[in-house]
Amino acid sequence: MHLHDVWFILIAVLWTGYFFLEGFDFGVGVLTRLLARDERERRVLINTIGPVWDGNEVWLLTAGGATFAAFPDWYATLFSGFYLPLFAILVCLIVRGVAFEYRAKRDGVRWKRNWEQAIFWTSLLPAFLWGVAFADIVRGVPIDRHKEYAGGLLDLLHPYALLGGLVTLTLFTFHGAVFTALKTLGPIRERARALAGRLGLLTAVLAAAFLVWTQAGTGNARSLAALVLAVAALLGALALNRAGREGWAFTCSGLTVAAAVGMLFLALYPDVMPSTLDPAWSLTVANAASSAYTLRIMTWVAVVFTPLVLLYQGWTYWVFRRRIGVQHIPAPAHAAAVPAPAGPAGTAAPAEPAADRP
Amino acid sequence: MDLALAPETIARWQFGITTVYHFLFVPLTISLSAVTAGLETAWVRTGKEKYFHATRFWGKLFLINIAMGVVTGIVQEFQFGMNWSDYSRFVGDVFGAPLAMEALIAFFFESTFIGLWIFGWDRLPKRLHCAAIWMVSLGTVLSAYFILAANSWMQHPVGYALDPATGRARLTDIGAVLFQNTALAQFAHTLTAAFLTGAAFMVGIASYHLWRTRRLQEAGEAADPKRTLAMRTSLRVALVVAVVAGLGTAVSGDSLGKVMFRQQPMKMAAAEALWDKEAPAPFSVFAVGDVAKGHNTVAVEIPGLLSFLAHSDFRSEVPGVNDVAAAEAARYGGDPKDYLPNVPVAYWGFRWMIGFGMTSFACALAGLWLTRSRRWVAPGKRTAPDEVPRLMLTPTRELGPALTRWGWRVGILTMGFPLLANSWGWIFTETGRQPWVVFGLMRTSDAVSPGVSLAEQLTTLIGFTLLYAALAVVEVRLLATYAKAGPVTSERPPEKDPVLRGPGGPAGGDPDGEDADRPLAFAY
Repeated sequence: MHLHDVWFILIAVLWTGYFFLEGFDFGVGVLTRLLARDERERRVLINTIGPVWDGNEVWLLTAGGATFAAFPDWYATLFSGFYLPLFAILVCLIVRGVAFEYRAKRDGVRWKRNWEQAIFWTSLLPAFLWGVAFADIVRGVPIDRHKEYAGGLLDLLHPYALLGGLVTLTLFTFHGAVFTALKTLGPIRERARALAGRLGLLTAVLAAAFLVWTQAGTGNARSLAALVLAVAALLGALALNRAGREGWAFTCSGLTVAAAVGMLFLALYPDVMPSTLDPAWSLTVANAASSAYTLRIMTWVAVVFTPLVLLYQGWTYWVFRRRIGVQHIPAPAHAAAVPAPAGPAGTAAPAEPAADRP
Repeated sequence: MDLALAPETIARWQFGITTVYHFLFVPLTISLSAVTAGLETAWVRTGKEKYFHATRFWGKLFLINIAMGVVTGIVQEFQFGMNWSDYSRFVGDVFGAPLAMEALIAFFFESTFIGLWIFGWDRLPKRLHCAAIWMVSLGTVLSAYFILAANSWMQHPVGYALDPATGRARLTDIGAVLFQNTALAQFAHTLTAAFLTGAAFMVGIASYHLWRTRRLQEAGEAADPKRTLAMRTSLRVALVVAVVAGLGTAVSGDSLGKVMFRQQPMKMAAAEALWDKEAPAPFSVFAVGDVAKGHNTVAVEIPGLLSFLAHSDFRSEVPGVNDVAAAEAARYGGDPKDYLPNVPVAYWGFRWMIGFGMTSFACALAGLWLTRSRRWVAPGKRTAPDEVPRLMLTPTRELGPALTRWGWRVGILTMGFPLLANSWGWIFTETGRQPWVVFGLMRTSDAVSPGVSLAEQLTTLIGFTLLYAALAVVEVRLLATYAKAGPVTSERPPEKDPVLRGPGGPAGGDPDGEDADRPLAFAY
């Protein structure tokens, strides 16, 4: 096996890791509107991913960095070609990160409501757009002889790509609901399970249509195996969720994400970005890759550090393994900590916490 | 096409705005994580409450900052592909490697352990909790190292060969890229500057509290001695860090300057507005020049100093802007005028960097003396650790009321200076390299994405700038609210050290048998 094949696999692994992990935290973000009934429940949801969302997001940065190092042409064509969707994703990720961190840092109904709105939309939009982007990659986009993207924004919004977006959105929301059922206590856990059942059916229909469409377009024997696995895992997740086996249900919904992403990469290989203008102009693992020396260095770095990352990230999940419910949500601690802006002459009168109605 | 709307210009503005904005948060993140780690270590080792309060307080401000640093960093990583695709293709083989290492080694560290630290107060034994913030700090330092190694390669490309088939740079020696003297000097300079920045930030906020407490007391109102204690300790720690880091910034800046005189003589000649070679060359204190004609009309200079800064020899020759431009034109072709960076920006950027940086260093030095330890103050003038210190000029003489007022005010103002110095430092070093994006190998005008339209570029430029501006308002307000509120002295350290419990612990997989409903110590 060639080193650039190894790196194709590694990049597939990084994206799979990203969608597995950030998939459920996007889902939880969407559920803040679909599932939570009041402010406390929204806080329960946000806090199930509180300690881990930032680490999850680094999988994206690593996937991006690894693509830059191992396949510079892929990185250059992809990010300059999918310019505006990527811009939208970046804006969402910026606002989302700040929203998690700042939402609870001040009292005030409007402040919190605005950040909660932000969390919902900035989770929903990237969950949709990543699906669109990956469907476009697999289907192929207009790429000219200089490896430059030659299409416009509308070329990225093909029905197949839009269906891909709906699939990731529903799949991640389902994955998030299963995760919520695994991580919470009380009524919200029950509702999460019920919602997961309904979402799972919708996801199954959309995902089956999308994956079969993919298989018909660029599929091969290996991608067919992944397709079967993805569908089986999704049905398994649904059954296990119904049976109340939350841990196994989450394993299966994660496996669905992994198998679906794996299928896309299997359908893509050996291209990394096929051209719809002329197959000869497609970017492939061979013509987009870095030199053997760079790939060798990066392989060593990946071999040493990826297991380490898995180890300490896994440990973090273990530390925060406890389920949480509304009873675990503390009263806003900052109310005592932060007085209202100091009055004239800087008198530090302790302020009453602002009223915060759900 | 009009240069004002050339794709290159817009892409450069976007890169500049994103980078300068990102770098407002980065140095604070690097230094505040380390200082918070130091304070928490002091608390774990001594058990003193003041360290606990200080850790919680500075930790909170650190978190408000790192959130912004992290999210703007995402744009940093992706804008190479978005706006600079030809650059990415040309350098990816070399430049991508440190970037990927940064993500895999440093970002994971930072982001995973920050989650443990934020949410782990009641989950981790305190030693482990303290180790988590040290890991975050290590992550920030490693991240700085890798990205500076990448930037150094743009300043001084090494360890590569040009591929004859593709014309692109190909990595031949990763060691040379990671450990060249440019990278080491830039790392030392950036890291010390980061510590100066964070320390000055702490000096400013601690001064604000101490000065306010002093005024409250003068007005006959009661003050919170615990807050004064925590703030006084923080002030001392910050002053020491600022002085050491300030000294380090000067020394590392000098060695980085010497490296640059050799590797990019144009940048340094522009920094001094030295138009024609001189031996010995003077250091310019103030100059007004005519860029078109290539000479200065007004110049205030210190003779020989530039020669010394460049080569440690007061009589050595230093080439001027015109000489270097002619040499580069002879080497790379074209007109010498094509090789001029923006000389006024380089000249003033260099001066503002040094001026603001060294002003905060001088303020810290003065502060360290004025608030010095009890031993060096006459017994009658000593203050208890939980009182606001008197500003002592000599062991027996205190600054007068007006000077005391100004002393504290300057202490508060200090916090802005390094931020300005950092911004100008980056503006200087990046514009001073122009017209090159990779020095001697690739011009900035050849680096932009050919497939991205002007409208798309403008959309993201305006979009990001507005978003940054809005978030800056939110961030500064939040920071100000928390900084003014001061440490929460009613907070007590956890009574018993949390125990990490495995599946074999009480109640199987669900620990905390008796207080399973206890609220989280921290929640979003």
